[in-house]
Amino acid sequence: MSSLAPKADFPLLSQQVHGRRIVYLDSASSSQRPQMVLDEMDDYYRTTHANVHRGIYTIAEEADRRYEAARMAVGGFIGAPDPEHEVVFTKNATEAINLVASSWGRCNLHAGDAVLLTDMDHHSNIVPWLILAEERSVELRWLDVDEQYRLDLSELDRQLDGVKLVACTAMSNVLGTIPPFAQIAERAHSAGALVLADAAQFVPHLPTDVRSLGCDFLAFSAHKMLGPTGIGVLWARRALLEEMPPFLGGGGMIRDVRRDGFRPNVLPWKFEAGTPPIAEAVGLGAAVGYLQATGMEAVRKHETNLTSYALDTLSERFGQDLRIFGPPDAEERGGVISFAYRDVHPHDMAQVLDQSGVCVRAGHHCTKPLMRRLGVSATARASLYLYNDESDVEALAEAMTKADTLFR
Amino acid sequence: MTGLEDLYREIILDHYRSPRNRGELPVPPAHRVEGFNPLCGDEVVLYMELDDDTLSDIRVTGQGCSISQSSASLMSAAVKGKSIAEVRGLIRTFKTMMSIHESRLGDGSEGPSSNGSASEETAVDPEALGELAALQGVVKFPVRIKCATLSWNALTQGLDEIGAD
Repeated sequence: MSSLAPKADFPLLSQQVHGRRIVYLDSASSSQRPQMVLDEMDDYYRTTHANVHRGIYTIAEEADRRYEAARMAVGGFIGAPDPEHEVVFTKNATEAINLVASSWGRCNLHAGDAVLLTDMDHHSNIVPWLILAEERSVELRWLDVDEQYRLDLSELDRQLDGVKLVACTAMSNVLGTIPPFAQIAERAHSAGALVLADAAQFVPHLPTDVRSLGCDFLAFSAHKMLGPTGIGVLWARRALLEEMPPFLGGGGMIRDVRRDGFRPNVLPWKFEAGTPPIAEAVGLGAAVGYLQATGMEAVRKHETNLTSYALDTLSERFGQDLRIFGPPDAEERGGVISFAYRDVHPHDMAQVLDQSGVCVRAGHHCTKPLMRRLGVSATARASLYLYNDESDVEALAEAMTKADTLFR
Repeated sequence: MTGLEDLYREIILDHYRSPRNRGELPVPPAHRVEGFNPLCGDEVVLYMELDDDTLSDIRVTGQGCSISQSSASLMSAAVKGKSIAEVRGLIRTFKTMMSIHESRLGDGSEGPSSNGSASEETAVDPEALGELAALQGVVKFPVRIKCATLSWNALTQGLDEIGAD
């Protein structure tokens, strides 16, 4: 099984570290980007950069066109029914969730209301709600993670009673678990709650359709899906966005400003205060184009196969010495493989792997509640993407045997 | 594998596998101080007992990577039974070794060449450090320096809290 996307498309992957080729297995943290994304951004800066909105000269109009074209491309990529109004550019997924907590939350959550979170969510989908809970006595409830690394939904209907919002990951950044999101959303809606999907790990790796997911809000970041850092996306149903007050105030988000007040701009600009990340939007648009040309069904299939291969290879090679935190069946998980190897600390593991050019992440992965649930302080995590292949998995396994020798 | 054996010296792995002075002391009379690295979750808890101007006993608990835990173990062995002045001196020497720009061990094989104006610090004498010199290789891995210094910063904090000068 070769990589789905040619490694040659990604300039960074031809770099060397410690005299070895880079084996990049940290895409869940941030992916690499293909040459065409870099070219698009470069071309934008070289030929058409000007500030967007209100520019009455050719290159400013062109900058505006490219920025809004990126919005439409992103909307199409996630099946947004009304991309022109519903796709809001933010700094990253974290800011998108904070936008919802701050804007929708402050209007709709009051003392005694409840928000349902999960133990497998990233801090970015926990801390904004903790802040709100502290500020206005909102009750937080939690879905547990069971022994199979799935969300425990056995008490869901009872837990949903009185809940205004369910904020849940669409794919765990540690376990790879893909919760039955549509089912959760349906039951949440029946109970009168809205649903927010933290799709930072989902959108880059699986075909995404906001309608079939059944979410009301969806947040993700460009840099995990071959795009640049500095830009993320909030998608939300138009009716919700219309009702929500602005998040950040400043230029671009107003229709009128007087000494005694302001009128906010129309969607989506109401939520885009200040000069937005224009080149980054152009880069994200190009990344979406690259992924679409590859085909998201193909991306998912490649990653399922490679994950299955990796789980088999590592289990065969290391047996009982290896503990993998996540569902064993590649069909119900993404290509995020968190592991503990004997008693080798994850930081030591990552350090040893680095000497072989193998890049993995070690730490709590911004999921401290989950780490507590798993009974560990940290894990090592290898994550796969469309440019990874079997040789990368082999390199990981080979490098892990060096840790074995060193720490035996 | 250049450098890796500099980081994971046998002494370090030995202290990681068999940490010295592991455990707790009753508080009071002992003083308890915590060192915590929120970025990686490494944790060191020190129990220190002073007898006049001597650090008569020290115990260590906590969890983390081989560097943070072996450094705490090596430290406990090095400072136990020493006078406060000696302990403070050892902390200074160790921190000097751990500072990238000023690291000039006796053999002169590491660190930038001195232009004479860098600092008042003199070259660190490996003799003064004993087994602690094994941690010298950490300097080549800048992100791990905070692992090695975690317990030492906790020790400084503990001495300050006790008011031991």
